[in-house]
Parts: sequence; C-alpha cells; structure tokens
Amino acid sequence: MNRLPRRLVVGLAITPAVGLAVFYLWPFATLLAEAISWEAVTTVLGRGRTWEIVWFTTWQAIASTVLTMLVGLAPAWVVARFDFPGRRGLVSILTAVFVMPTVVMGAAMLAVLPDSLDRTVWAVLGAHVLFNVAVIVRTVGAVWEHLPVDMEHAAATLGASPIAVFRHITLPLLKPAMSAAAAIVFLFTFTSFGVIRVVGAPGTRTIEVEVWRRATQLGQVDQAAVLTVLQLVALAAVAVWSVRAQRRHSRALALRPLTRPQRPRRQRDRRSVAAVASATAVVALGPFVALVVRSMSTPTGWTLEAWRTIDTAEVRPGLSVGIDPIDALVNSLQTMLWATAIAVIVGALASLAIAAAGRAGRVLDAGLMLPIGTSAVTIGFGMLITFDTDPVDWRASWWIVPVGHALVAVPFVVRTTLGVLRAVDPDLVAAANTLGASPTRAWSTVIVPHLWKPLAVAAAFAAAISLGEFGATSFLSRSGNETLPIAIEALLGRPGSLLQAKGYVLATMLAAATMVVVLVVDRFQERGR
Amino acid sequence: MIIRTLTVAVAAATLLAACGSDSNDTAATDEAPASDQPVDVQEGFAESITLVTYESFPTEGTPINDQLAAFTADTGIDVEILVAGDTGTMLSKAELTVGNPEGDVMWGIDNSFLSRAVESGVFEPYVADGLDAIPAQFTELVSNGEATPVDFGDVCLNYDIAALDAAGVEPPAGFADLADPAYADLLVVQNPATSSPGLAFLLATIDEYGADGWEAYWQQLVDNGVAVTDGWTSAYYELFSYYGGDRPIVVSYGSSPPFEVLFAEEPLDTAPTGVVESTCIRQVEFAGILAGTEKLVEAQLLIDFLVSDDFQTELPLNVFVFPTNENVELDPTFVEYAVIPDTSRSVDPADIDANRADWIDTWTDLVIG
Repeated sequence: MNRLPRRLVVGLAITPAVGLAVFYLWPFATLLAEAISWEAVTTVLGRGRTWEIVWFTTWQAIASTVLTMLVGLAPAWVVARFDFPGRRGLVSILTAVFVMPTVVMGAAMLAVLPDSLDRTVWAVLGAHVLFNVAVIVRTVGAVWEHLPVDMEHAAATLGASPIAVFRHITLPLLKPAMSAAAAIVFLFTFTSFGVIRVVGAPGTRTIEVEVWRRATQLGQVDQAAVLTVLQLVALAAVAVWSVRAQRRHSRALALRPLTRPQRPRRQRDRRSVAAVASATAVVALGPFVALVVRSMSTPTGWTLEAWRTIDTAEVRPGLSVGIDPIDALVNSLQTMLWATAIAVIVGALASLAIAAAGRAGRVLDAGLMLPIGTSAVTIGFGMLITFDTDPVDWRASWWIVPVGHALVAVPFVVRTTLGVLRAVDPDLVAAANTLGASPTRAWSTVIVPHLWKPLAVAAAFAAAISLGEFGATSFLSRSGNETLPIAIEALLGRPGSLLQAKGYVLATMLAAATMVVVLVVDRFQERGR
Repeated sequence: MIIRTLTVAVAAATLLAACGSDSNDTAATDEAPASDQPVDVQEGFAESITLVTYESFPTEGTPINDQLAAFTADTGIDVEILVAGDTGTMLSKAELTVGNPEGDVMWGIDNSFLSRAVESGVFEPYVADGLDAIPAQFTELVSNGEATPVDFGDVCLNYDIAALDAAGVEPPAGFADLADPAYADLLVVQNPATSSPGLAFLLATIDEYGADGWEAYWQQLVDNGVAVTDGWTSAYYELFSYYGGDRPIVVSYGSSPPFEVLFAEEPLDTAPTGVVESTCIRQVEFAGILAGTEKLVEAQLLIDFLVSDDFQTELPLNVFVFPTNENVELDPTFVEYAVIPDTSRSVDPADIDANRADWIDTWTDLVIG
C-alpha cells in the first residue's frame, strides 16, 4: 500500500501531541515538582488523618465495587440472556445514568433518600452503585450474551441445579469480564469527587476531596500536591494488580455471537425477567423523578417558586450567595460549545494521525488516553498551578476551562472514531491507488469521509462530558464564572430550603440536557447499524 | 458642576497618592495639573472596578450600595461586587490566583486571616488617604500599609430570646453552659476553615480554655450536637431560629441586635436577640488592593473611599459592624442596642499566625471528622 506523505501525518499529529504535552504532561510534571517538598511530605504522611482518609477512600471503593457487582449481575443476566419488550430501553436508561454528571447523581441520591440517610456513607455507596451498574451490565453482559449455552445445558442435563450451573460453569467463564468491570468501578469510585462533595457529610473525604480542600479551602498547595501523588501511587498499584488478575483469569473461549437473547419461555423465567427488569428501571429512574419532585417541594408544601425565581439565588433580598443560576447555565452552554469544538477537532486529527502512522501512532494513542486514568482534580489542580506566570499566564483566560474539559473528552472522541477508521477496508485505498489517485487523494476520498458519523456521536459525548465536568472545573472556574455543576453543588450545600430547591432545579435541567444527548447518540448509533 | 469639581478633586488626590509612594511630592504636584484638564483625568480611569467580597456583603438595595453608586457618580468608575464565598474560601482563591486576581479590591479579610493573606502576597501595599481618621489600635496591625482596616466588631454568641423562652431554657451565661446537656442541639457555629467569625469564635474558646483545654471543650460541644455551616450567612439566615431555622443560639456579632430592631417587620421596643457578652472576641476587617490588578489607580481611589466618612457612616446598620473611622457618629439605634463588651477577648496575632493551620486542622478532625 502506498503510504501517506510523512509531512501530512506529522501535520495531523502535531496539534494533539503539542496540546497533550502543554496541557497535560507539563502540569503533571509541575505537580510532581511541587510535591517534592520534604516538609510537605512529612507533614502529610505524618498526619494520622491522612491515613484515615486513605483507608476510607479504599474501603468505600471496595465496598462500592462489590455492591455494584452484586446489584449489577441480575440485570446483566436478564439483558444478556433474554429478549423482552423494553430491553433496549433498559440498557439506554442505565447508560444515561452512567453518563449523568456526578453532581446530578449526587443530587438525585440526596433527593430520593430519606433525610436520615442524607450525608451518610450509605448515600455515597448508593450513588456509586447506581452510577456504575451500567458498567457491569455492559461489560459483563456483553460476554454473558456470547457464552456458549450448551455447556450450561450439558451440566443441567447431568443433574446440576441452576445454582450449581452458575457456580461451576457460568461464573468461571464470566470472571475475566467481571474483574475487568470491577477494576473500572474501583477506579471510578476510588477517585470519587462530585458524589462525595454533594452527598457526603463534610467529614466524608476521599483523597480527591482532601486534595481539593487543602488546595482551595486552606491554600496548602504543597500538601495537596503530595496527596495527588499519594493517590497516583495507589492507583498505579491497583492498575498493576488488575492487569495481573486479568491475565491469571483469562482463558480461551469460543464466544458465539449466534446465541442471541431468547424470549423467556418458562413461567419462572418470565417472572424473574419481569421482576429484575422492572426493579432495575425503578431503582435507576426513581432518584431522577425525586429530583424533579424536590425542585417543587419545600417544607411548607408544593410550590414552583424555585423555578420561578431561578434568576437569582439570594439568602434574603440584597444578600447574594455568589451564584447566579442563569449565568451558570449560559456559561455552561458556552463552555460546552468550545470544549466540544476543541475536543472534536483535536480528537479527529489525532484519530487520523494514529490510524495513518504506525508505532508512533500507538504512542500518541496511549498518551491521549492518560487523562482518563488521571483524576479530573489532578488535571485541574495541575493546570491551575502551572499556568500562572508569564508567558503562560493563562489561569485567568476564559478558554482555560474549555481546554480542561476538552482534555477529559478527547480520549472519548478518539475511542469513538478510531475504531471506525481502522475498520475501513484497506482494499478500497488500494483500489483508489490503482486507479491513479495519489496516496493523499485516496486517503481524503476513502478514509476521511468515514469520520463524520462517529464524530457526531463523539461530539455528543464531549458535550455531555463538558456539561457535567466538576473536578477540574472546581479548580479552574473563577468567581462569577461558575458552571452548572459548581452552582448545583454550592446551592445544595446550603441549609435554606429554597436555595436547595434551586439546586434541584438546576440539577433537573442538567439531567434533562444529558438525557437529550444520550438519546441523540442512541439515535445515531441505531441508524448506523 | 458639583460632580465635575468633585471628580477633579478626587482624581487629583488619587494621582497624588499614586505618585506619592515612589516619587517626591514636588514631582507629584507637577504631574497633576488637575484643574487644567478635568475631563481627561476622568476619561483616564477604567470604566469599572471589581470589589471581591464575602457573602454577607450586600450586593444591592442598601445604603452601602447607594454609597458605591455615589462613588461611581463622582469618578465614573462602576463598582462591580463579586461574591467569592466566605472569608476563608475567598482568601484561598486569592492565594491560588496571586498575580491574576479575580477582582481589584478585596473587602473583608479579618485579623485572624490577615497574616496568611500578607504572607502569600495577596495584597498590594497601599496607605490610604484618610487613614489618619483611623485610630492607631487598628492601623498598627498593618503598619506597612499591607491592608486598610475598614471596620471592627465583636464576634459573640447571639440567642433568640423568644425561642429560648419557648424551650424553657435560660440564655447561656458563657461558654461552659453550651456544653450542658440542657443546651443540646441549640447551637450553630461556622467552620473556622471557611468563615472568619467561625475562626474568631474558635480563637475565643482557645482564649477561654487555653491551648490544652479547648479540644476537650469542643468535644463536649460535639457531644452536645453543635451544628456547623460554612459561613455566617448560612448560620444566621438559614439555621438561626429567629430566621426560621431550628437553632436558637448562633455565633454572630455584638452588633446584630440593633439590626433586628431596625429591620423588624413590626416595630420593636427591645431587641429580639441577645448577646452573651463573656464570649465576645474583637475582630477587625480589612480591605486591600489585590496584587496584579491592572487598575491600580482606581483601586487606590476605592480604598480611599471605603474609609471615607460617607461610606463608613453606612457600615453599622448594613454590615453589622463598627466603622474604624473615628469621625463617624453612630446612629442612635445602633448605640442603644449594640452590645459593646467592656472587655473583648483577643488573641496575639503572632500566636494566631503560628498556630492557625494546626488549630483549624485539629478542629476539623474533632468536629467535622
């Protein structure tokens, strides 16, 4: 095959590569340098509370992971094995819940739980489980759907009870998928920030929350940097363990796409499917209904006052809480547009470059994935303390928040588009070449047009990510330029019921916007099939 | 015409002040031919300036805001108020943005947080015009012009007289009562990490119980169900029973009662809230120019205005505090109902500076977890 001119590939790669170096690697290095302060290290490591926080972060992540697995297996089984009315809808609901902004999820959990459970660790665990059930249903369910049923049937014929079949046949086969899903859920909950900030009591702190508190509430930048490094070390350890575990569990399997989900035939199956599917839908949707309800209820009864007076957030006339809800909404939308534009352009360039280049492409690919493995708080914090001196005095620039969001969104854009580009039949390019097209011409007429459809989906994802981004924004947004998630957290943290109701109003809006995005993506993917 | 003349005068004063720090007086006078070109001087100012402040500073609708409007009328500089959370949060944001401040002037860093602000270089030093109207007890806290003392008050426990009466509980006589089970679930305080009255109250308890005893006292408060909010506004307007909350005892100011009399919906003869005098601790608040502002001259002009008689006169009945400017005569209502304790506690600034971070950390572990 004729190769693309080197200059073109380099030209495509340069923007993503430089962007990654400047806005990710450099802040990261700055953070590490900041953390190398003997005094800060000894202070942080010598403080008993630090280890309590590390312990809490760890156990709540383990508990969340185990609970998510337990709760998620039933819907995963139902969706994987059975075809029933509303099956696709159920998967869409769970996906929508999974892409909900963390503060919205927190708000929904606050709304649905009785007051006695608000601000407890149970609320945190509940939010984490609900959030991540989709991970189990999607990753474990995908494998489950393709497991050869005949092995199960053989065992059953030999007299094994359904439980024995599950234990000895199904479970071992699912294990690799389960440990992969568990690693993802653990990663998400270990670095939990938005949920804890909204749902947790002020004393409930993950390492991530402590980083934020030390830096932005106490002004102890060096100690916060030490904590981010501590978190990175812990995450690296988990990653190594997870890779090893998956290697140990993995076994060759003939996954058969042929065993399609069947209509439940036996009475017992029908009952279980109906029970599991409806319970899952209720549990997943309930909190969001509660969100709307709470936006209209106060201790004194039903009222639309919070919706009607959403243009202000005052404790009493003339005393503002420093949040303008409408400004936050407008600001969020503007940020979303810019972040999406940046993420889509950079992500598309990166995908084209990665697909065209060989080994160097893999390096860029891996590099662009790094921000996913790094917590949003680390990204925002790093950027804040890096871009503070000439000639990179960008901290106060309006575009720094969109760039931070784009950094988080680019990996998703690349993942959505790259697969499609790689799947283009190379014979088509070869045919174009044979017909006399230059490599560049063949590339631009055969490969590039494949980009548009996945890019539309990617743009929607990027928009959803930007709308809900909370961790990096907590550091980068400036007073008077808050985004919706920041405003929601601030309002829900107030004791006053009207201010809280306004927090629920904004959370409802953000939930609705995210829902629209998910539906759009669903439509696109449906049509693509 | 009057406005224009005023503008000239103020502008000239500013230029003098601006130049005074690094050039001699004669040069300054030479450079300020104010009477020749008044319009140019006014046009030289930025159109607006941002005053960063804490939550309890009114953003609109009070005589304070009218005064700021008067400043705008005189100088052509619009004052935009930017609420940046409670004092601790506001200060931390300022520390993280030194050199790229979120505004030009900051109002409300108090003596308990001041040394932190000064050390991290948040403020551009400036000696305000009109500082001679402020007594030495305040100005000596900032002898190099690090910031400008703008108001003072006493942070004290306040209680809702009617609510305590209804609950059949006597008003507390001092700190010790709050640890008594009879006062369980009645108190709301502010988080000292984020709130300046919160930190002041913590300092008061340290003053009372000493460096060895305050932790035990706070443990008792925790056992007795103390509620904590991030800021004064939340505690007073959202949780204090007088404003519909469920806590009849709150950390507020000795000057809070006159406010309740003056702004009561129905006329009152006596204040509906009381002050526990033995708990009072002196608090001084400062305004400062945020280092890195591009509107230095305008910022200096605003600082001068903030200590002027006109502006200071409005402070007592709008932000609950006493003016630092000695020329200001206090409103009779304020004098009648405000509690000015005979002796107010205070903690040595050096002590605060040395221990603040540790105290806040210990308090957080103890009270918040």
